[in-house]
Amino acid sequence: MTNGQKDIQFSPETHKRANEIIARYPEGKHKSALIPLLHLAQDEFDGWLDVPVMDYVASLLNIQPIEAYEVASFYSMFNLHKRGNCLIEVCRTSSCWLMGAEDIMRHLEKRLGIKMGETTPDGHFSIRGVECLGACGYAPMFQVGDTFHEFLTIEKVDALLEGFKEDFKEKHSAYLD
Amino acid sequence: MGKKLLLDKVNVAGIQSYEVYRREGGYASVDKALTMEQAAIVEEVKKSGLRGRGGAGFPTGMKWSFLAKPEGVPRYLVCNADESEPGTFKDRYLMEKIPHLLIEGMIASSFALGAHKAYIYIRGEYAYVYKIMERAIQEAYAAGWLGKNIKGTDYDLDLYMQIGAGAYICGEETALLESLEGKRGNPRIKPPFPAVAGLYGCPTVVNNVETIAAVVPIINMGGEEYAKIGIGRSTGTKLISASGHINKPGVYEIELGVPVEEFIYSDEYCGGIKGGRKIKALVAGGSSVPILPAHLINTTAKGEPRLMTYESLADGGFATGSMLGSGGFIVMDEDTSIVKNLFTFARFYHHESCGQCSPCREGTGWMEKILKKILRGEGSMKDIDLLWDIQAKIEGKTICPLGDAAAWPVASAIRHFRSEFEEYIQNPSSIKDVKHYYRLNDLQPA
Repeated sequence: MTNGQKDIQFSPETHKRANEIIARYPEGKHKSALIPLLHLAQDEFDGWLDVPVMDYVASLLNIQPIEAYEVASFYSMFNLHKRGNCLIEVCRTSSCWLMGAEDIMRHLEKRLGIKMGETTPDGHFSIRGVECLGACGYAPMFQVGDTFHEFLTIEKVDALLEGFKEDFKEKHSAYLD
Repeated sequence: MGKKLLLDKVNVAGIQSYEVYRREGGYASVDKALTMEQAAIVEEVKKSGLRGRGGAGFPTGMKWSFLAKPEGVPRYLVCNADESEPGTFKDRYLMEKIPHLLIEGMIASSFALGAHKAYIYIRGEYAYVYKIMERAIQEAYAAGWLGKNIKGTDYDLDLYMQIGAGAYICGEETALLESLEGKRGNPRIKPPFPAVAGLYGCPTVVNNVETIAAVVPIINMGGEEYAKIGIGRSTGTKLISASGHINKPGVYEIELGVPVEEFIYSDEYCGGIKGGRKIKALVAGGSSVPILPAHLINTTAKGEPRLMTYESLADGGFATGSMLGSGGFIVMDEDTSIVKNLFTFARFYHHESCGQCSPCREGTGWMEKILKKILRGEGSMKDIDLLWDIQAKIEGKTICPLGDAAAWPVASAIRHFRSEFEEYIQNPSSIKDVKHYYRLNDLQPA
């Protein structure tokens, strides 16, 4: 079910996966599953965590909603606002900067007509500068979903953008393929 | 060609799979460990001289021997795979290319420590590596290396992956444990150390991916043999993540003791500076360590050859030395703007500060703002002193090392490259010549 609907609930498969994760921790320590479950929820409900979605995750773990909010707001991968179907995260720290990350950012801004941190009016693309993604030797790079696109050039970016069009929908979660 | 202990099999076709890994001699250290006394394994690790490969360089055997063993209380081994120090990508490489090596190390180490549950905490952005590790763990279960009665012994171990969600601070071991407990990544006040009160308040050892992997050759060859590799207190091999303006960026396994000059210029490693240019500066061990100017890279201030060891890289202290750190080796050519590079570090630390300690929470933001002001051409000479003052008031005044990590790059950049700051302030038009200059006004506000 999609976000915005009254009844927020994981699909049976995701529910099963959530229970498997919860079983990884000792008795009474199920709160450890909070971050993994927020990832699952973000993937299942449109790539972001609306308040009712966080409330739902909290209810699964039998914790207070505030415990989910405070975690979701701490970690940069959790989106607290709706974003584009295709979120392009460009690494901008040292090594990537040295190898031309800003050329890549500038090109993306030009091609998509938006600034870093914005979403295209059709809601398809979001672009964001992010901190070191651990691809320093393969710079410059950006991440889309769980894929690292490395050794980027302007030409490579153009080709990738073509592939990201239309029905493209990336998944960030480590648990769903 | 230096000796390789971790990546020697990395190019064997199919080494990601259990079958090939086992055929190539994998899991031998677990076979051996299961026949040894637990204390004897800890002793071998002590003898090996292995030091934590995540950055701090603390002796691993000693860390293990601090683990409290109260009756009836579970103990945990947690692997720190939160690799986030700018310039560092070795753990990702190891887990992606040879995942069973980490699993083998986790089993042998867990056995030595008497842990029956172990977790590998991986940064959220490495989701694709998570999948590789998850698959490998399932293979290890299927082959009887994990689960109940491992290989017919009475030893049980469950090993799980745990994913983060984007927070550099979770590489700090107590923040990692908080995160693993499902909380914000706020570092804990120490003591108590995790060895006494770690995960769920139980005795816990937290070790870096590469550290755990190094336990495998240590058990296989014995601690004494391992200690023969390297120089002095820098024993064994180290993975170096090489990036920046070099011809051959990538992950290299070196015997500790290789001269820095050889590492940069030899074709076996970095292959020299891109385009035959000159080197301007080196960040030898990840963003946190002091930057070295050209004249202090190949030789120390005393004129001795600078070696890739904990001691040699630190020679001269902070005045003229640096640190081996995580092995994040960032090379900058003659056209690099040191101030702009520093700005990317300052922005990073500001973004990643957890916000618990005022000097770090406020100071990192101020440093970013002042550097941005200088790069906009609006700096004044007083700003350099202000930067110095702020970094000095962060260092040593926070409960975790993120504060120091944010302060050191600023201090060392001013110490060695003050004239560049002055040039930008006195002659703002010189800023426009900076390679990859990007109008800062176009960037999101900090």
